[in-house]
Amino acid sequence: MNLFQIVLRNLRQHLLSTIITALSIALAGGLLMSIWSVKQQSEQTFTRVNSGFDAVLGARGSKLQLVLNSIFHLEASTGNLNQTDFDYIRRHPTVKRAIPIAVGDNLKGYRIVGTVPELFTDIEYAPHHTYTLREGKLFDPTKKEAVLGEFSANQLQLNVGDTFHPFHGLAYDPRNQHPETYTVTGILKASNTPADKVVWIPLHGLQTMGGHDPKAANDISAILIQLRSPTSGFILDLLYNKQGNRLTFAWPIGAIISDLFGKIGWFDKVLTLIAYLVALVSAAGVLVAIYNSMAARSRDIAILRSLGAHRRTILGTIVLEAATIGTIGMLFAFVFYFSILTLVSTIIRSQTGVMLNVFSFDYVMIWAPCTMITLCALGGLVPALKAYRADIASNLAPVS
Amino acid sequence: MSLLAIQSLKKSFITPTGDKKVIVDIPHFSLGQAEQRALRGESGSGKTTFLHLIAGILAADEGSILIGQTDMARLSESERDRQRALSLGYIFQTFNLLQGYTCLENVLLGMSFAGKVDKKRASEVLERVGLSHRLNHYPRQLSTGQQQRVAIARALVNKPNLILADEPTGNLDPATSREALRLIRETCSETKAALLLVSHDSQVLSTFEGVQDFSLLNKASNEGGAK
Repeated sequence: MNLFQIVLRNLRQHLLSTIITALSIALAGGLLMSIWSVKQQSEQTFTRVNSGFDAVLGARGSKLQLVLNSIFHLEASTGNLNQTDFDYIRRHPTVKRAIPIAVGDNLKGYRIVGTVPELFTDIEYAPHHTYTLREGKLFDPTKKEAVLGEFSANQLQLNVGDTFHPFHGLAYDPRNQHPETYTVTGILKASNTPADKVVWIPLHGLQTMGGHDPKAANDISAILIQLRSPTSGFILDLLYNKQGNRLTFAWPIGAIISDLFGKIGWFDKVLTLIAYLVALVSAAGVLVAIYNSMAARSRDIAILRSLGAHRRTILGTIVLEAATIGTIGMLFAFVFYFSILTLVSTIIRSQTGVMLNVFSFDYVMIWAPCTMITLCALGGLVPALKAYRADIASNLAPVS
Repeated sequence: MSLLAIQSLKKSFITPTGDKKVIVDIPHFSLGQAEQRALRGESGSGKTTFLHLIAGILAADEGSILIGQTDMARLSESERDRQRALSLGYIFQTFNLLQGYTCLENVLLGMSFAGKVDKKRASEVLERVGLSHRLNHYPRQLSTGQQQRVAIARALVNKPNLILADEPTGNLDPATSREALRLIRETCSETKAALLLVSHDSQVLSTFEGVQDFSLLNKASNEGGAK
């Protein structure tokens, strides 16, 4: 029998307390890794998501709101721009490409966005990636046709050839159904971008939807812009944000989203702090679980000592036992970790269309288990020292 | 030639009132190779403390405890642990088996601290004490007599030179007691291990030719010091 076999036997003898302690560690470890990983992955993913554009031009308002509305298809629009604004920016020498979008309708909660076919044919939403169709074809800009993102198509259970009636507003209200009938002509392949959860229709279709103000028939909600060079942004920033006061030029998109994470950083810090506290409490749980069993173990320890076990062997056994509970806990922590991440990523996907890669490697998968196992071993050190100092003779009763 | 030679051995404890109380004070004691000897002594006479000193479980205050060429009284605690694992077997009144381990594992544990785990040897010793069919039973699944036999096997498995037995039949009924005692003595003879047995049971003591009175051996007993 080696030290590890003795440890395993001890764990089996105190099975219930082993399971409960290991589960609490698993929960703490899973929580810690999930919070860390979601934070890291969200920040990395969202600051990278720009749908292939450098900037957004919209009505005067918050840059963040403008980006969330036009790139992430969240939040309300800051207002409308007119056709002249679009024509001006499109021809501006610093602008490589400008794509107009219009919002204001939904299909059972999924946002309907009016745009031009060039968004799908000319724009790389990520380097070397353009939107491709899983089935069907792009809409004809002159007809009442629609192309659905993969996620919205799946959730709405719509296929090519199906028809639907749009609903007015960004929030779904069955009473606000438009009379127009749109036909699904294509479904996009998943791009893991916000485009996946959108119902795309021709710009003109959304502008002229029944019930919309006829005077705003040429208005657009935002213009997505690709710049000719990175420095072009300074010129337009000066033009729209500093010299003008009617429109907002949101640039660069990544920095604006990064600023959002900076603003909500306190929340993430609180969550991390909670996870650290749970981890500490779990390590203390190991200490308490083993410490409480010391009275029952004192005789076993004395027997082992009487058979020739050194004090340091006993100390090592108990520290190893604590570390083993930590290891078992952290193995199960990965189950919690992947479960929590799958759940969170599903929620994020449904809200933003952005898919987090649950199975991607993060260094938290190494440092969190190592830290947790070390904490558990340190927790085990307290009862181990008690065992180390225990008197054999008095625990080998009776004395004659 | 003596296997065990004790000179001027003293051990005292501090009482709760802070006084120093001498428990063991043995001027001289020796035990020959393969000799079997019994010590008669009443409860509280310091017999267990004496055996604990020989086994190195307790450290002596003064004197020497030579086992072969090794003076247990001069060894560090970890060296005494090692010596105990290698050259001593200890049989307790309460058997002191680990309840979470099978018979075989209890015996293997005895071997592991001596650094010579041998499953075949452990099985053979258990077979010798008549427990070949109980290798994977836990102590709670055995009768008291069988538990004591496991303890005997564990004490013998490392082929020690010296077996210490502290009231080994104290928890057994008369018939089982006789059987256990016979087994201890037989196996010690077979392995040529010396046996030092302490007991206050006259039935047990009557089976030994050489019975020594512990109260005469231990000066602390005469002074009313031992407990």
